[in-house]
Amino acid sequence: MSKLLLTGNYAAAYAVRDAEPDVVSAYPITPQTPVIEKIAEFIESGELNAKFVRVESEHSAMAALIGAASVGARTYTATSSQGLFYMYEVIWWASGARLPIVMGIVTRALGPPWNIWSEHADFYALRDSGWNMFFASSAQEVYDFTLVSYRVSENPEVLLPTLVGWDAFEVSHTYEPVSLVEKEELKSFIPPKGSWKPLLDVGEPGSLGNLAYPEEYIKVRFEMRKASERARRIIEESLRSYSSLTGRRYWFFDCVYCEDADTVFVIQGSIFGETLRAVEELRSRGEKVGLVKVWVYRPFPYEELGKAIEGTKNVVVLARASVFGSLSPLGSDVASALKLRGASARLFDVTVGVGGVDVKAEDVIGIYDKVRVSGESSFWWVR
Amino acid sequence: MSGRVEVLLSRPVVGAVPAGTWRTERPVVDQSRCTKCGICWLYCPDGVIQITDQGAVVDYAYCKGCGICAAECPVKAIKMVREV
Amino acid sequence: MAHRIFPQEEYILKGHAACPGCGATLLLRYVLKALGPSTYIVIPACCTSVIAGPHPRSAFRVPVLHIAFAASAAAASGMVEALEKLGKPANVVVWAGDGGTVDIGLQALSGAAERGHNIIYICYDNEAYMNTGIQKSGSTPYKAWTTTTPTGNPSFKKDVPSIMAAHRVPYVATINPAYPNDIIYKLRKASSIRGGLKYIHAFSPCPPGWRYDPSLTVKIARLAVETGVWVLYEVENGKFSLTGLSRNLLKKENRKPVAEYLKLQGRFAHLKQEEIDEIQRLVDEQWRRIEEIVAEHGARAKSV
Repeated sequence: MSKLLLTGNYAAAYAVRDAEPDVVSAYPITPQTPVIEKIAEFIESGELNAKFVRVESEHSAMAALIGAASVGARTYTATSSQGLFYMYEVIWWASGARLPIVMGIVTRALGPPWNIWSEHADFYALRDSGWNMFFASSAQEVYDFTLVSYRVSENPEVLLPTLVGWDAFEVSHTYEPVSLVEKEELKSFIPPKGSWKPLLDVGEPGSLGNLAYPEEYIKVRFEMRKASERARRIIEESLRSYSSLTGRRYWFFDCVYCEDADTVFVIQGSIFGETLRAVEELRSRGEKVGLVKVWVYRPFPYEELGKAIEGTKNVVVLARASVFGSLSPLGSDVASALKLRGASARLFDVTVGVGGVDVKAEDVIGIYDKVRVSGESSFWWVR
Repeated sequence: MSGRVEVLLSRPVVGAVPAGTWRTERPVVDQSRCTKCGICWLYCPDGVIQITDQGAVVDYAYCKGCGICAAECPVKAIKMVREV
Repeated sequence: MAHRIFPQEEYILKGHAACPGCGATLLLRYVLKALGPSTYIVIPACCTSVIAGPHPRSAFRVPVLHIAFAASAAAASGMVEALEKLGKPANVVVWAGDGGTVDIGLQALSGAAERGHNIIYICYDNEAYMNTGIQKSGSTPYKAWTTTTPTGNPSFKKDVPSIMAAHRVPYVATINPAYPNDIIYKLRKASSIRGGLKYIHAFSPCPPGWRYDPSLTVKIARLAVETGVWVLYEVENGKFSLTGLSRNLLKKENRKPVAEYLKLQGRFAHLKQEEIDEIQRLVDEQWRRIEEIVAEHGARAKSV
């Protein structure tokens, strides 16, 4: 197992190199660009034998992968923010067509005003699209989840696309030591090429996407729903198998100091570090606080997460996404997880770090103090 | 497990829709005039005409009655007749 | 004996959902006969999304990928690269309407042309958004009625074949369903050119959209060429040449008056005589430009 100093974006590119896709297609956008630049280098140097389709838009990037995957190619793309929204229509087409495409999303705020820094509104916009969704909080997790994505997507019981999100700059451009998996070891983890049969083949002609009347449409979508439900188990099994391969322990989420906690923070992504610092600070004051970092966002682990936090008094979701007129997407999901378990824990939904604002341990402690005193259940934390 | 989502695939079949019911007029071939030149076969958008030893034969199950065959027949061997 | 000379096999099966007298389906029948079974078709939103038949049935005997409106050229780009990488060479063909080509799909088409993927891109041009009920597109002719241009289209038809030729793709051609020999010849040529995007622009008469009796589809298609409204040509590696009947139409006296073409169609029924004269002038002007191009290419050929 070799170790390299990599940014989150380079970690994604190394995972792609190791997964050996046949076709990569992408359009540049800050802060995603180093991902595709590195992949282009791998292809030019011969380290990766793949075709790179340098498209004229994100819409075309995803469309190109749909074309490629429909005839059996393993594929990859990455994007962010505006690019993701430009691609939005065909993102649904990819999952509806049940193509095991893998994508990276370097989360970035949406305009206007222009902003290239992190928030997760772009990532959350895909929550109903049928894609499996991971969120990574470090370069190592970016590498790991990208590899796991191929195993999940190409499982014949799933055949749904998978994406991995990670924060702009704080993860995408920050160097960290990353352990890579040896190619030989990966062979036992990622399915061999051709383990799923392409939908389109001149030898056995069929059409993909013909007009479907309501009775047929609901059948097709219900099959997709069942596959998405099966993906929970396949993701769990894949993460377990990856954990035993690498020694890095993954599950639907990570739970730190949860056992005796009466207040639990729930977060995704790079704010993990500072939130953990806050939790340790609060612990040293004698406060019983814990921290959940959600790794798997879709299919959402309602049952498992609900079970993990149902015994607490307060659940404080720190969601890094502008949201208007509703709870944050993560807050809504956590609320549902609690309700589905019949838990009585109180939920606080707090919007933090929008547009790349740093979230410091002091902010988290401030939020903790505020919810205990004011009891306001849904608010934005703006310094 | 085939590793493919079979439910998504639409399979080729003659008669994907019952097209013949759309017709208001049907082409009727006067076989005594038909020269079997194949022009009607060539210009039929529905591919429902066959040239046999007897002459042009129309598959009324799928003919939509557009009348291109009658309009293009160089010897006027095809007449459009009102459906009753 | 057309049925002896032409490929017998049908790849668009009878019992499809096209309107009676559909020009697009006639074109499609010839195109697939020319290309044969080793062909993948990519179709954006257009009439053929419906013509293909309702799931789980299909009228297509070749594999088809239906894709979002703006995405067909990009999907075909990825598909052809994948087939090459996987060692499974085949024709990859986009079959798109004029809306999906000259309007919403133009950016993706331009990108695919510039990158030089080995694709055959066919636009069947019925000169409006027919599947949604006859709304004006960038390919609707001057003065034509549509539901969104109820008094006639004030703007001019976009010349996408020239835009494609300006991309320096190896092959651009126009086709017309009245001339199936020409279609087979051009499609087979396009299929034999291995590098780059091949762009085919097809005249596609539409009985409900153009408001004429469906029996007149071939007649109107033929008149479009005979009057010079539709020009049959190809541009091979930058060299322009007229093909078929259009070769004989440089002299105005060889062309029928455009009125003969216009008067058969309800979409032009509102035209006053001066508007018909104006359209005639525009067609004549187009032919003067063609004459210049032909002369220039001739002179260039001599100087080499």
